[in-house]
Amino acid sequence: MLHDLPRRHFFRSLGGMLGGVALAELSDPLAARKPHFAPTAKNVIFFFQEGGPSHIDLYDPKPTLRKWHGQPLPASMTKDLNFVFVKPDAKVLGSERVFQPHGQSGTEFSDYLPRIGANADSICLVRSMHTEAFNHHPGQSLLFTGATQFGRPTAGAWVSYGLGTESREMPAFVVLSSGKGTSGGSMNWASGFLPSSYAGTVFRSSGEPILYLPNPPGISTGTQRARLDLIRRLNEERQYETGDTATASRIHSYELAFRMQAAAPKFLDFSRESAKTLEDYGVNREPTRPYAVNCLLARRMVERGVRFVMLAHASWDDHQELNRKLKKNCEVTDGPIGALIHDLKERGLLDSTLLVWAGEFGRTPMGQLERVDEDPGRDHHPNCFSIWAAGGGIRGGQVIGKTDELGLRVTDHPVHIHDLQATMLHCLGLDHTRLTHRHMGRDFRLTDVGGKVVRQMLA
Amino acid sequence: MMAPAIFGVAFAAAGLWSLQPVQRPLAPADIDGFIRARLTREGLKPSPEAPKRVLLRRLSLDLVGLPPAPEEMAAFLADTSADAWARQVDRLLRSPHFGEKWGRHWLDQARYADSDGFRSDRFRPHAWRYRQWVIDALNQDMPFDQFTIEQLAGDLLPNATGNQRIATGFHRNTLTNREGGIDPEQFRVEQVIDRTNTTGTVWLGLTVGCAQCHDHKYDPISQRDYYRLFAFFNEADEDHMDAPMPGEWGPHLQARPEYDRKRRELLAAKNVPALQAEWEAGMIEAAAHPGKRLDWDHAFDDLRTDCEDGEKILRTPAAQRTRRQSKILTAYFLGNYGRVITRERKEQLQFDKLAKQLAELDKTLPALSEAPVMRAHARETRLLQRGDYKNPGEAVTAALLPLLPSTGVTRPARLDLARWLVSRDNPLTARVIVNRIWQEYFGRGLVRTAENFGSQGETPTHPELLDWLATEFMDGGWSMKRVHRLIVMSAAYRQSSITRSAVDAGNKLLARQSRLRLSAESIRDSALAASGLLAPDIGGPSVQPEEASGRDRYRRGMYIRQKRTAPHPLMVNFDAPSGYGALCRRNRSNTPLQALNLLNDPAFVEAARALAKRTEGAEFDERLNRMFALTLGRAPDADERAWLRAYLEQQPPAVAWTGVASVLLNLDEFITRE
Repeated sequence: MLHDLPRRHFFRSLGGMLGGVALAELSDPLAARKPHFAPTAKNVIFFFQEGGPSHIDLYDPKPTLRKWHGQPLPASMTKDLNFVFVKPDAKVLGSERVFQPHGQSGTEFSDYLPRIGANADSICLVRSMHTEAFNHHPGQSLLFTGATQFGRPTAGAWVSYGLGTESREMPAFVVLSSGKGTSGGSMNWASGFLPSSYAGTVFRSSGEPILYLPNPPGISTGTQRARLDLIRRLNEERQYETGDTATASRIHSYELAFRMQAAAPKFLDFSRESAKTLEDYGVNREPTRPYAVNCLLARRMVERGVRFVMLAHASWDDHQELNRKLKKNCEVTDGPIGALIHDLKERGLLDSTLLVWAGEFGRTPMGQLERVDEDPGRDHHPNCFSIWAAGGGIRGGQVIGKTDELGLRVTDHPVHIHDLQATMLHCLGLDHTRLTHRHMGRDFRLTDVGGKVVRQMLA
Repeated sequence: MMAPAIFGVAFAAAGLWSLQPVQRPLAPADIDGFIRARLTREGLKPSPEAPKRVLLRRLSLDLVGLPPAPEEMAAFLADTSADAWARQVDRLLRSPHFGEKWGRHWLDQARYADSDGFRSDRFRPHAWRYRQWVIDALNQDMPFDQFTIEQLAGDLLPNATGNQRIATGFHRNTLTNREGGIDPEQFRVEQVIDRTNTTGTVWLGLTVGCAQCHDHKYDPISQRDYYRLFAFFNEADEDHMDAPMPGEWGPHLQARPEYDRKRRELLAAKNVPALQAEWEAGMIEAAAHPGKRLDWDHAFDDLRTDCEDGEKILRTPAAQRTRRQSKILTAYFLGNYGRVITRERKEQLQFDKLAKQLAELDKTLPALSEAPVMRAHARETRLLQRGDYKNPGEAVTAALLPLLPSTGVTRPARLDLARWLVSRDNPLTARVIVNRIWQEYFGRGLVRTAENFGSQGETPTHPELLDWLATEFMDGGWSMKRVHRLIVMSAAYRQSSITRSAVDAGNKLLARQSRLRLSAESIRDSALAASGLLAPDIGGPSVQPEEASGRDRYRRGMYIRQKRTAPHPLMVNFDAPSGYGALCRRNRSNTPLQALNLLNDPAFVEAARALAKRTEGAEFDERLNRMFALTLGRAPDADERAWLRAYLEQQPPAVAWTGVASVLLNLDEFITRE
């Protein structure tokens, strides 16, 4: 037993340990930090709908398109627009979706989104988003890092860098993925030039939740703990000898790792969730199960202080067979998201949690047809698209911005990706122009050189 | 100081320190003279020399990225001669592992990776040839001026050798976008921008990229200067060369006639030559008259982005195509013909089956290695207004940056640019490079902002020392090993890294050495070396250790295949770069995922088991000594011995020693260069 050791070492170790804890906390990169000003949200749940969901079929009704259906648009309307696959004279594809007003606010949502629609009065729908990038990788890069060039920190990393975390058992930034996985992969949750402490940790909903989380085969928790105790003791000894605060920080990391090992499986243990909750999210049935598990995990993480949870769902890149694929993705995600909003509200967590639903761009009013024997889809469209936000600090029950009658361009109140980012940070009490990091000779920020808080979105 | 008249532009930053000529200070005459002079001014004393055990471990990790073997340590400890240290320094500088350790440092700056980046992130099977060139060049101590010239313009050297062309792979590490709908010209321009900016950062320590859209806000670089620099790289295109490794030609040529015959037969049996000719004609028609047939339009667009040099090959008459070009286009045809015919016809043809047969056949032909390179390609350059490739402005010709002394060449080509970068009058390159070498040894550069020597960067803590080193570097024939030797021979380098309370917290003045967490690669390599698993082979193609058996499972970290969008977890966790852009300074973060990585990653579990097995058979004390020697390069002290004994007694015997091994591989001391 360790207490059988000579007293001198006990005291020395204890001294090192006490100093170590204090130092470790001082040097903990994830220690909770004060925002720039009083926040309206403490945490973020970001529903990332990878691939560019169709605004025309989900959030922004365009009955006029039916009149144009099957005809090309006049060249004057499409000049200056970039398309990926379709030609500017491709034929218009009218939407088959039926839109209905929801809630007191009467915001219209597609028939594919009944459960999200049911929360219309909590939702601030922005129909006038625009971005520069018309391809996935640069588009996702812009959405998450504020730049189309790769290598910068992502929103979740910036938030963790700015605020740290209140969780004692999980990293600040957690990523949950479903569907085919995002094409951008770790680029969307990387820490870029910030230390890797701020990178998103991928939490998997089946198998081992975090890479290298389980003990090696045949090693019990007790055995692992004994190893950790020994590592700690030897590290403390070394810290005592070298006086290096980085060692204290390492001791801290090992303790957090051990707590993560114990806690992570508990996040997945839904046995104390009510049957009603599980039913409402759709945890125990297909096709909602994977996304429902992620939504429920998101709530449980936010409850335990995880700062930024990203739910990445792929893919909404419907170049072909738009109606069939859109229906499938909506069936998978709409119910769980609706249930999550409702659940957060009931638990009083919605006020402190910022929800954002967004893809990297929208889709063209023109149809895309690659083969004559297929159902059409839509091409990428950066010039206008829809996103929504809800919860902490967001004024629900409103629509911001307008697009033209074809869903081709923004006509009123344009909101750029950088504006969305500035607004997200604002809700968290962070001034986007002050949250900076110096790298390769200049100060970088999430909003690059742009961004304006969208005041109308705020409560 | 020389008058700023030598600078072409009258600018406010003419006084910028880094642009002043490098001047060899008169005195003192070595590193320690400068460091001590500064410490004395601040009323500080340097730290005592670190113990010999710490020193050799430090030196070995710094020069070759591996901990010393116990036998090497014993030999050093037993060597009481006056030049014992110098002998170790020279031994390690001669080690072929030196090129690996310092090659990796250069690869960070070269934004090396084994894949394209972007959405498709295609594997680059031949990228390693450049990495190999770097390792070899560093091991041979290729002078840095030559090292520079070959990488930036090796193809332009008179009678350029294969290796000199392979060196130009430096600028083939740029990302490649194959996303649908991308205008190939847009992406070509983005690549040229990356090459321009990377060159500016790596050699000059200048953020030239800031002048892409407008005149540089802080440094004297106008937008026009930028595009004149850009022009050098705009007149270079990607190319591809057969670069067979020794011994590859013979077997290849022998097998080729038989292979060609079989391939022809397989293709003829499916009527491929005729169908492909028809398809090619259709593609050219679609290119000439878009909008006629949607499916052909899409097929042509995809050929441009998906198929390497697809459009170029298509437009080359079949008889003039190289073997490689023909093969690429036929492979693409077989894979994509189905897009322009009916499903029934597609199923009938079964080209997928044929493609598999051809792939099988390919395996019978001993392959020739290839290499990605650059070659000259004349092209007009225009200033891009607001940096937008669709918005070209005035035409510009290639010119050296006027903020630095000119070499007098009137119409400089890329080769002149390279020579100018390493000219004796260029005040930046030598300073920038010695500073980055220094940074690796002390944890921070004499100029902390190793990537930026412009007015937004920091000023040097020891400006005279920096100039002295830069002079030594240039006057010493640009020998990098000479600079390494100067540094590690210094007393400043050999100081203890133990923190002395309240003395110079950031250790700017170097009153002690720094404890530095090892790089991701070195952590892997050290664990493999300590456990005896390491396959110390130098160079060769990248490996995927988790899927490999045999030696490839235990290669050094720098050989792990680097896929830009899906980097290896160890590399992510320990801050290795993913190759998106030049990186001059790595982070050293400290996270719980690192702990999980070292505790539970099967690769480290395997290393722990191997370490336990390697020391089997010895009695407790001896076994523990051996394990400590292998991992930490020292013996356990009495307390450690007591704690470990207590631990062992509590643990199930089957896993007890593996536990000890795992504990040692997890120690802060193990993953730190002290």
